[in-house]
Amino acid sequence: MRPFSYERAADMAGAIEAASVASDAHIRAPVQFLAGGTTLLDLMKIDVMRPERLVDINPLAPALSGISVREDGLRLGALTKMSAAADHPDVIRNYPVLAQSLKLAASAQLRNMASLSGNVLQRTRCLYFRDVAWEACNKRNPGSGCAALEGNTRKHAILGVSPHCIAAYPGDFAQALLVLDATVAIAGRDGERTIPFHQLHRLPGDTPQAETNLAPGEIITHFDIPSRPWTRRSLYLKVRDRESYEFAVASAAVALDMQGGHVRDARIALGGVATIPWRASGAEEALKGGTLDESSAKAAAQAAFEPARAQGDNHFKIELGQATLVRALLDAASLEIRS
Amino acid sequence: MNAPSRIDGGMIGRSVPRIDGRLKVTGAACYPSDVGVEDAAHAFLVTSTIARGRIKQFHLEDAQAVEGVLDILTYENTRGKVGKARFFAGGGYTSTTIMPMDSPKIWHDGQIVAMVVAETFEAAREAAHKVRVDYDVREAVAGFGDTRPQPRQMSNPLSGSDPKTGDAEKAFREAEVQVDAYYATPTQHHNPIELFTTTCVWSGDTLTVYEPSQFVHGLKNGLAQQLNMSADKIRVVSPFVGGAFGSKAALTPRTAFVALAAKRLNRPVKLVSTRAQAFTVSTYRAETEHHVKLGADRSGRLTSLSHEGWEVSSRPDNYKVAGTETTSLLYACPNIYTKVNIVHADRGTPGFMRSPAEVPYVYALECAMDELAVALTMDPVELRRINDTQVNPIDGKPYSSRALMQCYDRAAEAFGWSKRNPLPGSMTDGDWLIGWGCATACYPSNVAPAEARVTVAPNGTVRVQTAGHDIGTGAYTAIALTAADLLGVPLEQVSVELGDSTLPPAPVAGGSNATASICNAVAQACEDIRDRLAQAASHADGPLGGADHGAMRLRDGRLVTPDGRSEPLKDALTRIDFGPMESYVKYTPEIASGTVKVMGHKMLESGLPAMTSGSAAGDHIQYAFGAEFLEVRIHRRTREIRVPRIVGAFAAGRIISPTTARSQLLGGMIWGIGSALHEATDIDRRAARYLNDDLAEYLIPVNADIRDVDVIFVPEEDYQVNALGIKGLGELGNVGTAAAVSNAVFHATGRRIRDLPIRIEDLL
Repeated sequence: MRPFSYERAADMAGAIEAASVASDAHIRAPVQFLAGGTTLLDLMKIDVMRPERLVDINPLAPALSGISVREDGLRLGALTKMSAAADHPDVIRNYPVLAQSLKLAASAQLRNMASLSGNVLQRTRCLYFRDVAWEACNKRNPGSGCAALEGNTRKHAILGVSPHCIAAYPGDFAQALLVLDATVAIAGRDGERTIPFHQLHRLPGDTPQAETNLAPGEIITHFDIPSRPWTRRSLYLKVRDRESYEFAVASAAVALDMQGGHVRDARIALGGVATIPWRASGAEEALKGGTLDESSAKAAAQAAFEPARAQGDNHFKIELGQATLVRALLDAASLEIRS
Repeated sequence: MNAPSRIDGGMIGRSVPRIDGRLKVTGAACYPSDVGVEDAAHAFLVTSTIARGRIKQFHLEDAQAVEGVLDILTYENTRGKVGKARFFAGGGYTSTTIMPMDSPKIWHDGQIVAMVVAETFEAAREAAHKVRVDYDVREAVAGFGDTRPQPRQMSNPLSGSDPKTGDAEKAFREAEVQVDAYYATPTQHHNPIELFTTTCVWSGDTLTVYEPSQFVHGLKNGLAQQLNMSADKIRVVSPFVGGAFGSKAALTPRTAFVALAAKRLNRPVKLVSTRAQAFTVSTYRAETEHHVKLGADRSGRLTSLSHEGWEVSSRPDNYKVAGTETTSLLYACPNIYTKVNIVHADRGTPGFMRSPAEVPYVYALECAMDELAVALTMDPVELRRINDTQVNPIDGKPYSSRALMQCYDRAAEAFGWSKRNPLPGSMTDGDWLIGWGCATACYPSNVAPAEARVTVAPNGTVRVQTAGHDIGTGAYTAIALTAADLLGVPLEQVSVELGDSTLPPAPVAGGSNATASICNAVAQACEDIRDRLAQAASHADGPLGGADHGAMRLRDGRLVTPDGRSEPLKDALTRIDFGPMESYVKYTPEIASGTVKVMGHKMLESGLPAMTSGSAAGDHIQYAFGAEFLEVRIHRRTREIRVPRIVGAFAAGRIISPTTARSQLLGGMIWGIGSALHEATDIDRRAARYLNDDLAEYLIPVNADIRDVDVIFVPEEDYQVNALGIKGLGELGNVGTAAAVSNAVFHATGRRIRDLPIRIEDLL
């Protein structure tokens, strides 16, 4: 860890101003916002991130946290703790995929610290990224190469990969926001803007160091999740080696709008297998208008992983990812929804 | 043999809470890493990022410029300042013969190359991150090759010959039923919660070392040799240890450099290595491979058993665990062949990790036994019964006691084994495939020389002093129960002091010998006190005058005769001395022979390993046994593997402290589940560098993974093992568990996964 200055944000404008310092990549930005700190402090201790200045935005919590249940949807404040959203009865009942994705993430201690916006911005667990002894990491050192490509890739992505980076996006909650068509409200120097959640993260391409479309100084203020016919018939399935406190080997967020056995709409996002929260549009299209059964679920899963590119140890994720999605779809279809 | 009549105080075998439990849960227990030393400077290690080569150049300017940096040690200024000490596994002190910071040579990734000392931990860490090192890099060998091992073979350089009898190859060829399979276990790390820390304080020419240790006398003497000073001038303090599992048994390279840094600065220095550094500054369980061939006749009787093992070690050291010593004596078989090979790689020297030999080797054999049962269409418990033996098949020496089949029967009944449908894949619950598996657990009943001082104050309070170690095992409680039992005083009246090299020497807390060794020493000291009190009482005019002193007992705070006469302990004490009454005992194991028998205490006092193995106990062999049964559940689509329940029954002689013994076995079985399904250190083969070196990525079972764990004690009396009849059990519980998991996975799926850990991708 390197020395840094620490300050508490007095207000939103001040926080934005403090962090509006141009940088080629957020990870290398000299000013970093501190929310729960559960990722940032870790990465600072192992010398991966070396900010000069931390701006603690927790003083903004009164304005930026809270859960409001509205007629047309749900609003989640950016600094709401993961545990608060996971335990909220309305979220559990009406947006089960959100509650489950949060509950299955990290540990109770971490969920009590970590904020929702910090969670969606969580950095990859790629072990080559997290160990500065590996010089080749295009995320840390743009242009240096990727040590993971020929390395141990069991934890790496098979969807959205590029020759420059195969680091997996590690989170769970983002997949839930993605399937529910959430929007992200962002405050910045030029005022406020709102983007669909799928526009938040960027594919690695040839600039894996640029992970999101947030500009320096921008702060996520809240997430809006519209209430739709599929929100209640939703779930998050997380497959991993142990029962708790592990990142997904493969996961699926699924939300269905069913009429009888017919699928009016299907929404699918995949975790543990992709470089960003991954919407499986091909699978959704394959299901729409048909019946949902073993064979249509398998066909959809096949469509979802059609673009997959495996690398060394992670070939099994193509099959596991499909099995995970099939199980999630059939489970979601058989949910009993009471009105 | 019958129980010695003197064990009748009602305390040995009583379930009591851990006597140091309150200290631990309130944070009052002072672990060596917690010791606050006034004016201490803080050290931070820099470790190599290459596995093989030489240091070309250090760039220290940026690090030196960090405010508060006091000193940076590298081989350039420490070369020749730390002397050699002998390798622990060769009967010495050190965890490795690799001497970091003595030359520019790099033997393994994560080798210590520099130590930064600064006013604060933060400054030391910052400066350490700013140390740059240029290397000449040579290509490194990470471990076994990609194909099955064809390594340079080294047959048992450390411990004599490989066990053999008959003609295993011929018998295998002629066997009616055969099993021929390879098995593998991965690299694993101990990951104790208390990190590898060292604090050194010089006072003139004497040195105090605060370091979590499983062997304070070994640390003291080994360090003295490295620093070329008298061992009398070193004190090692380690009253509590926050997990060790073998990783804190031998002297690691870091300690001498902390002492050196403290000397250079003339002030105390505290080193806290990081979690990632914990993967390379101490030892690890090396990966192993096994080739097991079993031959049997149609009735299930073994006719041939061969077990060849391969183990990874560092380039300079021939460390190996050689578990064939155990796998060759587990079952009756006329033809046995074993061999152990070391494969040298550019890695640190491996070392003891809970049940070092038994965990990997018994895993292989117990899977093979299950495969044989399947090939015979025989119940795996029946196969063990048919091949049960009361003698070592190699040389015919009898087991002092062996209750393996009683363990199987008790555990099978508790588990409900009779309801098992043996057909693989036949048992399901909804979308979950169910598999039931079992395996044998065993561990040699080792005993070592130990010394103890027991002091009884005039008011009847008892003080027990011995440099043993409570590494979470419950040693404080077991020792206190022993003294309370033999002196007939309430437990609260006994205090126990451990983990300080100024106390009477006690053996390494390893090889599951501690309870047997130390409690026998303490019991002898108590017996000596009782005998002196009784003799004095018998010769005096008091109420016990003329009574047979040999028949007198200490019970309920009184000295009593069989015919009911008694007097208070306090009165009896006044006859001996005006002050406290003391006994100092040097216990030599009853089974000791050779050098341990003759020179055991000299070795112990010099901090050298002096244990007598249960596999070499003179005219017999002595082992503790167990049988473990467990259930796995595997999702039919996504193949997650979970273990909702496990039952273990164990026969380990006299159980001194049932509460903490149960805890050891319970923890062992959980460890065993982890060793089958979770634990593995990932190595990047190109760089021979560990990857998952933190507790988020190095998986062990969490609470959510463990549901029902049932521990059954099978009563066993065996006074041949030692006077108190104790068989160690700290390393018994995690032996065989991984095989039970693998066997259950086969039962659930029909797929035999022989390489650990067993993961989702193995079952897709």
